[in-house]
Amino acid sequence: MDSINPILLIASLMVASTPILLAALGEMVVEKAGVLNLGVEGMMITGAVVGFAIGVNSGSSALGFVSAALAGAALSMVFAIITQVLLANQVATGLGLTLFGLGLSSLIGKPYVGVKAPGFAKLDIPFLSDIPVLGPILFRHDPMVYLSLILVAVVWYLLARTRVGLILRAVGENHAAAHALGYKVVRVRFAAIATGGAMAGLGGAYVSLVRVPQWVEGMTAGAGWIALAIVVFASWRPWRILLGAYLFGGITVLQLNLQAAGSSIPVEYLSMSPYLVTILVLVIISVRGNHGAPGSLGRVFHASQ
Amino acid sequence: MTTDAYLALDGLTKAYPGVVANDAVSFQIMPGQIHALLGENGAGKSTLVKMIYGLVKPDSGTMRVNNQPYEPATPHAARGSGVAMVFQHFSLFDALDVDENIALGMDNPPPMRELAARITEVSHAYGLPLDPSRRVGDLSAGERQRVEIIRCLLQNPKLLIMDEPTSVLTPQEVGILFETLRKLSDEGTAILYISHKLDEIRALCEEATVLRLGKVVATCDPREKSSRDLAELMVGETLHTPEREGGETGEVLLEVQNLSLSPANQFGTRLKNISFSLRAGEVLGIAGVAGNGQDELLAALSGERRVTPEAILFKGEAIGRAGPNARRVRGLLAAPEERLGHAAAPTMSLTENALLTGDIREALSRNGFVIWSKARRFAERVIEAFDVRTPGAETAAGALSGGNLQKFVIGREILQRPDVFVVNQPTWGVDASAAAAIRQAILDQSARGAGVVVISQDLDELMEISDNFAALNEGTLATPRPAKGLTVDEIGLMMGGAHDMDVAHPEELHA
Repeated sequence: MDSINPILLIASLMVASTPILLAALGEMVVEKAGVLNLGVEGMMITGAVVGFAIGVNSGSSALGFVSAALAGAALSMVFAIITQVLLANQVATGLGLTLFGLGLSSLIGKPYVGVKAPGFAKLDIPFLSDIPVLGPILFRHDPMVYLSLILVAVVWYLLARTRVGLILRAVGENHAAAHALGYKVVRVRFAAIATGGAMAGLGGAYVSLVRVPQWVEGMTAGAGWIALAIVVFASWRPWRILLGAYLFGGITVLQLNLQAAGSSIPVEYLSMSPYLVTILVLVIISVRGNHGAPGSLGRVFHASQ
Repeated sequence: MTTDAYLALDGLTKAYPGVVANDAVSFQIMPGQIHALLGENGAGKSTLVKMIYGLVKPDSGTMRVNNQPYEPATPHAARGSGVAMVFQHFSLFDALDVDENIALGMDNPPPMRELAARITEVSHAYGLPLDPSRRVGDLSAGERQRVEIIRCLLQNPKLLIMDEPTSVLTPQEVGILFETLRKLSDEGTAILYISHKLDEIRALCEEATVLRLGKVVATCDPREKSSRDLAELMVGETLHTPEREGGETGEVLLEVQNLSLSPANQFGTRLKNISFSLRAGEVLGIAGVAGNGQDELLAALSGERRVTPEAILFKGEAIGRAGPNARRVRGLLAAPEERLGHAAAPTMSLTENALLTGDIREALSRNGFVIWSKARRFAERVIEAFDVRTPGAETAAGALSGGNLQKFVIGREILQRPDVFVVNQPTWGVDASAAAAIRQAILDQSARGAGVVVISQDLDELMEISDNFAALNEGTLATPRPAKGLTVDEIGLMMGGAHDMDVAHPEELHA
């Protein structure tokens, strides 16, 4: 047990949590608009492979992230057209999207198995990073970690304080009423779905470009499903999503460290612990108070005119 | 053509597949005029106002506002021309606050803090007080309507469209709303008032346009017509008024004692210590504005929600814990308000729907196998006895019109000869002749010696058929009183009076 360094542990917690945080935050925006997109896993893995491929070919991880976001958004548009224009069932379409994304990523990723990622420079923030303890924990990460935290604040502000956010929530809450007031329900949902797709793509690229960093088939390993669960148990609130994602990331890192340190707890229990603990904690939080699922979540909107 | 009308409609036509919703509708609304639009369900009132509000595009015909061509493509455009609308349904967001709801209905809302101050100010000036920071889902039906009205008033409309505004108000609240509307009319705002409540229209409106099957059949001054004249214009035939035979009431069949029930969801109503008793041959009318516990009361009586055993005594037996089927066996039957999805399964045939509640009392299955021929005969008997217009018993319930399905749902229970029949909103959204038939059927049940509990928001209906009368207000039930001799004022007080409304004093706005 002594071999676990708490400073390194906390620092790697932030890295481990970032993909789920990004994907969950994006899915929350989608669900707030009343759409249930179960294709998060598929969009993440597509982002992971596209980001990795572009990153390797261009030598720039930044360009990889941008392409991953675009790829995630593009894939989500398939979902948007099927569910919002052709009015198909969202659950079935989302599941299909995940399966499609997994297959597509294997196809694209074949030539990249075993290739090394281009690397992504960490920010070395002067002075701050030299603070003992806090420096290595908080101020020696790559820009995506900080971007994901900024995005939590941005999403919170947009949803809670701006007119755009109000309209988005209104569309998710009662699409018939929003339509009656003259808001473009389908257009708002397309924008939300694209945002969710882009963020899932970013999250996936973070796994392949920074966290692992190489391409392995199926490497997101259920992170998209955890992101979906976190959105629900966080009661559709951005700061709770941050808490949920960091809790999951933290326990993942901790149990890996425990495994490496040769803990006497069986590996199987350690491996399942992040899933169990995250869901337990968030269930306990969400048991009291209102749950706040958007009123029109998952329902097909048809302007009956 | 030049006139001094604010809004002039000329030859508006809109057809949907299989039905002409509006056929060459023309009329005018003067500035400051309170103009009634009368018609039965399906007469084309909703389609017409949707065209005026930019939600539906007319096939042909023209609209002019202040003599300028008016072709709103969206509600935004309509609001820009000074047209505002208070909806009957579908336009509030339960999970959002009052001020957020109002901001959503405005094109250029001020910053939230300023808006909240304006809401407080305007709502008090018009006698419709509102707290901008409350969640809409927690408001009563009357308060929710205030939100809609204030949302319109904040935009200084030149024409205010009100779609069935009083269906959710107590008589006192209606009085205050009318004061507010008259003040607005004095200030020059034209009002298009849609309703089928004839007394209200005669009290409020200066001109009425009557629609029947999409056509304008009359334009008149409603103050010079009797309610009966107006009703016959709407229906196009002579109305049959239900008759009751004034049977004697017998022994107590149903006794409800201190019934309490917590709501099933966060926006439901808690039932508090409800007590009443029902005798054989009695019709007990329960009034109340929507959302005061009607759905919960029906669920408790039908057995959908379980309560403590002694809270409900049926012929002396404690059945509070018994489920719907156990109650059906004993003779307690119920018909809930929501026709599609609650009283009937929309995609299932009438035969299947008849089976769903009739299985036990009509013995429609044996050893777990359905006897389809018997189920079909039962459905056909309902169709026959209640004049349900349908191609046959194999038609899906969802394909029937509201009135026909309602007749089927009520008839299905009545043909099972209930000892006690509980019904919620028996004639909601049903045309006048079907409503009369349903009321007659309810009265026939009491003449047969059954006890009937009618929960309804239609006071005229309750006064017509009830022996005893009570009102639900925020989950409590006033003590039932004989219906004969009750005044509208007394009824209103039983329903909770004017809550915290106050008569309008708009001069404060300009002070």
